[in-house]
Amino acid sequence: MINQIGAYSLYICLFASVYLIFKSYISSKNFDKKIDQTFFATLSVQLFMTILSFFTLVFAFVFSDFSNITVFNNSHTLKPLFYKISGTWGNHEGSLLLWLLVLTFFLFIFFVTSKKMNARYRILTILFQEIIILGFLLFILFTSNPFLNILPIPDEGLGLNPILQDPALAIHPPLLYVGYVGTSIIFSASLAALITKTVDNVWASHIKNWILVSWVFLSVGILLGSIWAYYELGWGGFWFWDPVENVSLMPWFCLTALLHSIIVLKNRNIFHSWTVILSITTFSLSMSGTFLVRSGILNSIHTFANDPSRGVFILTFLLFLVLLAIFIFFFNQKNFPDTHQRSFLVSRETSILINNWFMMFFLSVVLVGTAYPIFLEVVNDAKISVGPPFYHKLIVPFLIPFLFFMALGPNIKWIKDKIKKLNISQIIFLILSFLISFFIVFNTNTNYLFSTLLFTFSFYLFFKVINSFQKKNSNLSQKVSHLGFSIFMLSILLNGILSKENSANMKVGDEINFLNKKLIFENVKVESDTNFKKLIGEFKLKDNEKIIHFRPEIRVYSQPETITSEADISSTLFSDDFLVFSLIKNDGFFNVRYQHKPLMIWIWISVLLMSLGGVLSFFKLNEK
Amino acid sequence: MKKITLIVLILIISAFHSNISFADQKKNIDHITKNLRCLICQGQSVYDSQSDFALSMKKLIRIKIKEGNTEDEIYNFLKEKYGEWIVYEPEVNKNTIFLWGLPLILFIFGGLLIIRKVTIK
Amino acid sequence: MKNNKIFYFVVILIVAIFFVLLLGLKEEKNYSPQSNLKKLNNSILLKELYSGKNIFLNDLLLENELNLINIWASWCSPCKAEHPYLINLNERSDLNLIGINYKDNLDNSKKFLSDLGNPYDEVLVDSDGTKSIELGAIGVPETYLINNENKIIKKFIGPLDQDDYEDIISLIKK
Repeated sequence: MINQIGAYSLYICLFASVYLIFKSYISSKNFDKKIDQTFFATLSVQLFMTILSFFTLVFAFVFSDFSNITVFNNSHTLKPLFYKISGTWGNHEGSLLLWLLVLTFFLFIFFVTSKKMNARYRILTILFQEIIILGFLLFILFTSNPFLNILPIPDEGLGLNPILQDPALAIHPPLLYVGYVGTSIIFSASLAALITKTVDNVWASHIKNWILVSWVFLSVGILLGSIWAYYELGWGGFWFWDPVENVSLMPWFCLTALLHSIIVLKNRNIFHSWTVILSITTFSLSMSGTFLVRSGILNSIHTFANDPSRGVFILTFLLFLVLLAIFIFFFNQKNFPDTHQRSFLVSRETSILINNWFMMFFLSVVLVGTAYPIFLEVVNDAKISVGPPFYHKLIVPFLIPFLFFMALGPNIKWIKDKIKKLNISQIIFLILSFLISFFIVFNTNTNYLFSTLLFTFSFYLFFKVINSFQKKNSNLSQKVSHLGFSIFMLSILLNGILSKENSANMKVGDEINFLNKKLIFENVKVESDTNFKKLIGEFKLKDNEKIIHFRPEIRVYSQPETITSEADISSTLFSDDFLVFSLIKNDGFFNVRYQHKPLMIWIWISVLLMSLGGVLSFFKLNEK
Repeated sequence: MKKITLIVLILIISAFHSNISFADQKKNIDHITKNLRCLICQGQSVYDSQSDFALSMKKLIRIKIKEGNTEDEIYNFLKEKYGEWIVYEPEVNKNTIFLWGLPLILFIFGGLLIIRKVTIK
Repeated sequence: MKNNKIFYFVVILIVAIFFVLLLGLKEEKNYSPQSNLKKLNNSILLKELYSGKNIFLNDLLLENELNLINIWASWCSPCKAEHPYLINLNERSDLNLIGINYKDNLDNSKKFLSDLGNPYDEVLVDSDGTKSIELGAIGVPETYLINNENKIIKKFIGPLDQDDYEDIISLIKK
């Protein structure tokens, strides 16, 4: 019964979508300056039906309705309520339904909040957004229907993968999807603006809100995924350059570039075509991300259940959207005024171009690194792995000039500025940064010019940003974000060179000594929880006078049968102490891995600061 | 114009330095195993994995280091057994020239576009 | 004019990328053994299971017969499943069967062979798994067919099944 409600409301959505596509296409042709009330009505119906269908699925999960095949495959009666709910989007079918919900919700919000804009532009945005919605609806209904029945009705479900039963991972996908889907509005709106020839500063300040929303959600979504990987996967790292992680990073680079170039469009009314290209690329990258993750073309830790027919569908749909965008772009591009306008070398717009230049480079490294193995295998039948060393080698050296430009850029004026004579405070900052860096790098026995330079420019950026807070020239959001980024760089770098770790096989009662510390394995206890059993290790770490107790766990889940290791992390503002243990085959022995990770918490705080900058900018913009 | 040439020069030099510092890193088992893919795990390095395969691999690498093999000799030995797939850092050869080169080409191209933008009349 | 060229270039590039991705969907995703012929390492030294003597693996390979190396362990249940095929293969006189016992308790492995039958002409012991890595194995069970020039002509990863068995028989007959 409940399955039927969900499925029928999706069909109603489909009709609404088809209707809106025709309606908006026709009214964009013979346009009479007024927007028909039916637009609002149909959009409302569509939104309502999507919400209904989504909550139908949530209900099916909450009440463990195993007549629904999605619930049967991904849930279990013994699962805590919270994870029953989050299980709704913890699987392929449900997560697509969530995409659809965000797509329709965003379009609705767009329609309601864009009343001041050109009416034809609004209608065309609806047209393009509805094409995307229609594509997703067809995809859901024909390859990934979440409302299929199963007969006879099973008594019990198969359960949700235990490593996904985690608070951070329960809210990570929705945030990420809001970020991804937000880029769809940017895509549709920029195509609409292209056709109506309204790509200008007014459009820029209107679309900037959407860019900010997507950017903030995407940033926080990536952050949560990273925090989850840090404590749940049990390896103590926070970024593995895994293809699925890269896929979320690519639109982020593009969106960050867009966030900067839209400011130029807004203030100076130049860079029209570049901004539109970025808008199109950002959404294409979000979509390619979906394709790469869902089709099973990648080899990764977090692939969803794979089905090649899904891959073919997304790929075709994506090709259609990209070609559509390219056609529209090339046929309307001649309307832009600024193609051959000169920018001055020392100007805010050039500094933002330089930001975009680096963002595109970082993007290309991640894109090529992720996609190249797929291409090589098809073209040459050779199999290669592209892992962390590749990304580090290509990205890290370029951070030095990037940080330097970032320290200078925000202080340069629009249009044309002069290079001031070297001012004493600048030189003091630079020398101070160099001395601190030299001291740090020298003390860690990794005495390389390269590390020192990297540190120097990170500190330089940090001091410059701190210094800029004294000036009262507005733009708090930019300062906060840039401060966040400089702290991010510093904490990653310090974490990288000051981390220590030790791994050993131990049994109860063993003691090991390393790095002036003593680790004692005191006891193992067995306890039962609602849907798993756990082994709790009791460890004591003596570090000079300080004693830290660790209680890491090994959890044995029964449905589905899985063993996970839960690290115990003792976090302070200065450092994290991380301990994880896992079973090995030798009777009685456990593999115990201890890590000391300085400034870990600042990596998370700094990303939140960057996002906070975005939030501040959003609200400041709306006040006007 | 001179400034830009200078910047490009700095970039090239800094890229060069990074290679030296990476190559100079002390040869140890952790460093090597972090660069090896655990073939039976999903997206884990040999270093991070506790599987039978990874444990044996760690042991073999310890033996190889004791026997005086260099890092590159160990990689080559394993590549011969398991193919390029096992190392996380693909070597530069005719198959991977674009992997390493494409981002750098795009970077130079982008730089040229910016130079053109600030120098056109 | 210039824009037209860029336009066609971009469209062709995009279509080409999508075409490659489409082909990529069909590729095998997991690790698969390389098919090219590899000569065996000639310095792999292993202990014999019953006598405890050290023997070079190469010394056991026969020049006038095909050799089959099978990596197994008593704790590995797929190994039990493929065992009958090995017993059958052993009945053929033109195949030299060498077993490598992987990371095992020696008493258990002897018991395994006495319970289920010993199909091997020689049984060697790889107690820490490092010798199997030198052979290029990723786990148990794995089976390699080796020709008279000490080259691996076929690798079977995972337990042998009926198809693999027939494959081996047909290769012997050649």
